[in-house]
Amino acid sequence: MGGVQPVVGVLALQGAFAAHERALAQVGVATRQVRVPAQLDGLDGLVMPGGESTTMSRLLHTSGLFDPLQAALRDGLPVFGTCAGMILLATTVLDGRPDQRSFAVIDIAVRRNGYGRQIDSFETELDVAGEDRPFHAVFIRAPKVESIGPAVEVLAEHEGVPVLAREGAALVASFHPELTDDARLHRLFVHQTGILK
Amino acid sequence: MSEQSSAKRATGTYEVKRGLAEMLKGGVIMDVVTPDQAKIAEDSGATAVMALERVPADIRKDGGVARMSDPEMIEGIKAAVTIPVMAKVRIGHFVEAQILQALGVDYIDESEVLTPADETHHIDKFAFTVPFVCGATNLGEALRRISEGACMIRSKGEAGTGNVVEAVRHLRNITGDMRKITQADSAELFQWAKQLQAPLPLVQEIAETGWLPVPMFCAGGIATPADAALAMQLGAEAVFVGSGIFKSDEPARRARAIVEATTHFRDADILAKVSRGLGAPMTGINMDEINQRYAERGW
Repeated sequence: MGGVQPVVGVLALQGAFAAHERALAQVGVATRQVRVPAQLDGLDGLVMPGGESTTMSRLLHTSGLFDPLQAALRDGLPVFGTCAGMILLATTVLDGRPDQRSFAVIDIAVRRNGYGRQIDSFETELDVAGEDRPFHAVFIRAPKVESIGPAVEVLAEHEGVPVLAREGAALVASFHPELTDDARLHRLFVHQTGILK
Repeated sequence: MSEQSSAKRATGTYEVKRGLAEMLKGGVIMDVVTPDQAKIAEDSGATAVMALERVPADIRKDGGVARMSDPEMIEGIKAAVTIPVMAKVRIGHFVEAQILQALGVDYIDESEVLTPADETHHIDKFAFTVPFVCGATNLGEALRRISEGACMIRSKGEAGTGNVVEAVRHLRNITGDMRKITQADSAELFQWAKQLQAPLPLVQEIAETGWLPVPMFCAGGIATPADAALAMQLGAEAVFVGSGIFKSDEPARRARAIVEATTHFRDADILAKVSRGLGAPMTGINMDEINQRYAERGW
């Protein structure tokens, strides 16, 4: 073991943060739950999990996390947002609450619950750019990408709609890679953003 | 279309049903009886609402048979909010469940708070696309519900009392037995399955993982931010609050405080801050003052 193990924060205000911690442990980084601003100190990256984006948005405000987190993201903190996390990172949120704020670090417009209600939630196989076998993806009341900016790279699509994309140090997914045992996307995140060399 | 046409969608699978329960972790699901209450719940940071005609405290007071809510009322609440909407059916009443599925609710609670429709059988929950949550007072009951297809368990507590004592008892029953099972050897697991009246493979899974195969939330009697944090520290992964919010003096403030307490459940400074000046909680009742224990319903 050479050097210090990188630490990836997992936003733990609400949602599937524990599942992300398990996936990150599989790819060899330490994790830290983030609920208050002091827990942002010294992080090498951050995961924003699935959950209810309206709930998280409110708790980002009451916990005082929003502003310091926004500053860290603008300074290039690598971030991986899944489902609600994707919504929190998007430049434009459609069908959100009027007071819902997002960090706008990836130039996409997403529609909350764009794939429908729970009875429409589904599993499917995705072809991910650079991966030699399909990725099994679970979509839960998932957000749907409606448009993307020119700097956004699409890594996977479902029925012609982007579901995995990145821009700069931000990676976002409409689905839940933390709900399956396959940690390839977490590995992709920590390697492509340089958290792990 | 590209070559992805082979990638079909599978709906209503175990992972998809359980997935929504995962997304609700660390949050508060609030009972609401009107679209206005549903909006207050969403504004306050609820992760989901439970749409019902009367909160448990009123069901308790009014007596009579408690049934699934009027579809019109459920639709009104669905239209009012963007967060998931749950609704309750009577234990064993699979037709009420068929109706709720047709209405597109996001989760069904096969609930002891309503008057049971079947005193022997629970619903075969595998037969539905919509996921189910069921109550449990102990580990055996939880595992029987999971074996019938429940994708979320909530400790029952005693709904409509504003008294957390039964919720604590049920949480401790469930987590205590799970801890013991992780210490058991393989031969003892057969005895555990027999004693719990639960399927052996589920008992073996607990021995391996130390936890239920589905998320476990807490319900029944939570009235304060401290109650919610207590449930979380005892191992609940999220909380249901029924009468506790809209039977209190200042529902919106209390709702916001309970949401914050559930997130910051180990941070006593934040708990102290959010517990201040919330007005009167629901009055609550003691267990020896009630004549019907809802938690005893379910088999």
